[in-house]
Amino acid sequence: MSAYEGTGRLVRLALRRDRVQLPVWIVGSAVILAAGAAAVIDEFPDAAGRATALQGAGTSPAVLLMRGTPVGTDLGALANFRNLAFMLVLAALMSTFAVVRHTRQNEETGRAEMIGAASVGRNAGLTAALTVVLGANLVLGVALIGALVSAGLPAGGAVTFGAACAVTGMAFAGVAAVGAQLFQSARAANAFAATAVGVAYLVRGIGDALGERAADGVQVTSTWFSWVSPLGWGMLARPYGEERWWVLTLPVLLLIACVWGAFALVGRRDLGAGLIPERPGPAAASRGLLSPLGLAWRLNRASTIGWLVGSVVFGLGIGSLGDLVDDALGGNEGVSDLMGQLAGTGSAALVEAFFAAMMNVFGALAACFAVQVLLRLRSEEAGGPAEAVLATAVGRARWVGAHLTCAVGGAAAILVLAGAATGLADAAVGGDIGVLTLVGAGLAQLPAAMTVAGFVVLVFGGLPRMVVVLAWAGLVVSLACGLLGDVFGLPQAVRDVSPFTHVPAIPAVDATPGPMVGLVVVAAALAAAGMALFRRRDLSP
Amino acid sequence: MTDAISVEGLVKTFGRTRALNGLDLVVRTGEVHGFLGPNGAGKTTTLRVLLGLLRADSGRAQVLGGDPWRDATPLHRRLAYVPGEVNLWPNLSGGEAIDLFGDLRGGLDKARREELLDRFRLDPAKRCRTYSKGNRQKVALIAAFASDVELFVLDEPTSGLDPLMEAAFQQTVREVSARGATVLLSSHIFSEVEALCSKVSIIRDGVTVESGTLAQLRHLTRTSVVVEAAEPITGLGGLPGVHDLVADGARARFDVDAAHLPGVLRHLASFEVNTLTSRPPTLEELFMRHYGDAPEAAAEVPSAGASR
Ligand SMILES: Nc1ncnc2c1ncn2[C@@H]1O[C@H](COP(=O)(O)OP(=O)(O)OP(=O)(O)O)[C@@H](O)[C@H]1O
Ligand SMILES: [Mg+2]
Repeated sequence: MSAYEGTGRLVRLALRRDRVQLPVWIVGSAVILAAGAAAVIDEFPDAAGRATALQGAGTSPAVLLMRGTPVGTDLGALANFRNLAFMLVLAALMSTFAVVRHTRQNEETGRAEMIGAASVGRNAGLTAALTVVLGANLVLGVALIGALVSAGLPAGGAVTFGAACAVTGMAFAGVAAVGAQLFQSARAANAFAATAVGVAYLVRGIGDALGERAADGVQVTSTWFSWVSPLGWGMLARPYGEERWWVLTLPVLLLIACVWGAFALVGRRDLGAGLIPERPGPAAASRGLLSPLGLAWRLNRASTIGWLVGSVVFGLGIGSLGDLVDDALGGNEGVSDLMGQLAGTGSAALVEAFFAAMMNVFGALAACFAVQVLLRLRSEEAGGPAEAVLATAVGRARWVGAHLTCAVGGAAAILVLAGAATGLADAAVGGDIGVLTLVGAGLAQLPAAMTVAGFVVLVFGGLPRMVVVLAWAGLVVSLACGLLGDVFGLPQAVRDVSPFTHVPAIPAVDATPGPMVGLVVVAAALAAAGMALFRRRDLSP
Repeated sequence: MTDAISVEGLVKTFGRTRALNGLDLVVRTGEVHGFLGPNGAGKTTTLRVLLGLLRADSGRAQVLGGDPWRDATPLHRRLAYVPGEVNLWPNLSGGEAIDLFGDLRGGLDKARREELLDRFRLDPAKRCRTYSKGNRQKVALIAAFASDVELFVLDEPTSGLDPLMEAAFQQTVREVSARGATVLLSSHIFSEVEALCSKVSIIRDGVTVESGTLAQLRHLTRTSVVVEAAEPITGLGGLPGVHDLVADGARARFDVDAAHLPGVLRHLASFEVNTLTSRPPTLEELFMRHYGDAPEAAAEVPSAGASR
């Protein structure tokens, strides 16, 4: 039997399962784009109006962060500016979810096992998933071209636009294919791929926001940082601007590399297993495992290490930018305003404000980590081993406390390492902020992350069935109000809801212990209330 | 304290579902007590209340002399629970899971652990992810039986075990029972309950409908009789306590309430009886009598439900 036998059948099966989902995603994207393009034609009939709008946008790094860089003043260029970033993200997410759905999720639910028994080669599942998703991206690309042309925009730019979205989607399909081999659960594989999309978006956003404005006041040249991001490549092809088709070979190369890697991994592992082939485990437990805390740490160890490595890499990348921020943008008011707004400092020295803003980002990441760890409480409870554990002499508060310790401890480690990595990289490129200052700045974010953690425990205690939705919603709200509240111009009362609003923007301002102590108290109160509620309620599957 | 478990008028609702509706249950210390009931009768719910995992709406429950909700943690040191659905951590090995449960309960007997691993033929070095349902069940059983506790609460512990392992399970229950431990065993397997349990409680729709020794339960219900005589047997249909009569001239087959058996025998004595076989109901028949989908049959014997 060849390793690919049965691929055709699996493709048909996948298409059947996706007969609603993928068409909705593709048609939905095309309709949104057509509407967006029509709106541009309607709102900005003359070139002067478009130039004014784009000049305004170009001075606001926040807009550049979210939308990318303007490439010109004609209708197509404006439609591109307003829609491309969003379309790229849609293509990427469509691809990652679909790949995971047809690979890891199949394996997890045992569907793949049934299929695997029916004379299907070991590579057939991945091949079929990629075939379907790459095909879907081609269709998506064509649909987007159709949307732009039908709105009345030139076909040439539309083709570049569609191609950029299609190959970006394909590249992320490759990323998800690797993730699906590395991680054992569909949830983790989806989280990995979605995080990759998010980080790619953020990285190119930073690169674009720091970009250099051309003399016409419209076009912006991104810094090299945007070139690090696969989502950035789609934009750097500049549809409707001075098009650079060759950039689109980058996502294709990434796709090839990822697909090669994913197949190499498939060949090395068993069905249902992760990257590491199933070695026998220890026949008896080591002492370290034999406590609620030991167990919680063991359950979170792998993902914690992943987060720590990610924080160091990200910290090194951010730290190495300090120099660039100072040199290239010292004179740009918009950038220092944005940094001041993100950091919550008003206007301060640019580099300090930049680092303070980035520490906020690390604080957000640490809070994400804490949420992810604490949601494990719920998955252990609902159809997990929590019933058996809580029927032993482990009290409920102790059990929650063990997971909470892992969440807070891990968040603290992330912040320390991220701060240290940022400081070291900054020192390496000649900055003078200081490693210890940045470690302190990182740790200053911990009370905010703890408050988010306390909120999750509260919801877990009070509304366990809704904890997943409410935890992420709470995080998004606190990030939106806290980190972007100033950028969006939200009233102070709304911004005060978020713990991140109260974190001192070190190193741009001096550390003030008051708000941090306050946050720790709030966090402890939330967690204590959550535990009390949990101790009063039924275990609910 | 001679009752390991005593429950009175337990009520537990989930939204609009009334899972327990005034349930009573007494398990004496040292007893192996069978806990029977059709799907959804409330067995698992009862056990979870007894473990303090669920909080009863009303009623009284005592476990080992303590309140299962308030004193959960200290009580759990003295008991072991095997849940109906054994969920383990995919990344941990079976041996790790056994040690972990044992240790969290307050320690386990290493020699006993090895003995049970051997008896249940479980490879402790395999990851839990790779275990079959039966093997996951064995992990929970070994973790429970390797602990030296006073009370074992077992929720359908043998679903998924093969017949060989079923025998190993029965042997193990007899061992812990011999050293004085109490066992509450929820099960759908009648042969297992008949083989192990000295007492049985049968519940339905959250209410106890029967409780007692197997002999007592049998006494409360009907005996099946088949009789053949040299002459046509008449008059049986008019006797009190006779049910489901199939009379075919000289041959008759019927069920009779235990209380009316002497009267029926006196009546039969007036015929020239050749053969007479009577058989006490099996547990399965007892059970079916309560739950067989013939409600009118249940209504015919109001006495059967009056035992609690
Ligand atoms: N968490 C819950 N939420 C809502 N209803 C529940 C919950 N747990 C149990 N029930 C309901 O309570 C009733 C009793 O369920 P229980 O699991 O105790 O039955 P059981 O006797 O253990 O059945 P089985 O023999 O199938 O294991 C059922 O109707 C069930 O649907
Ligand atoms: Mg049950």
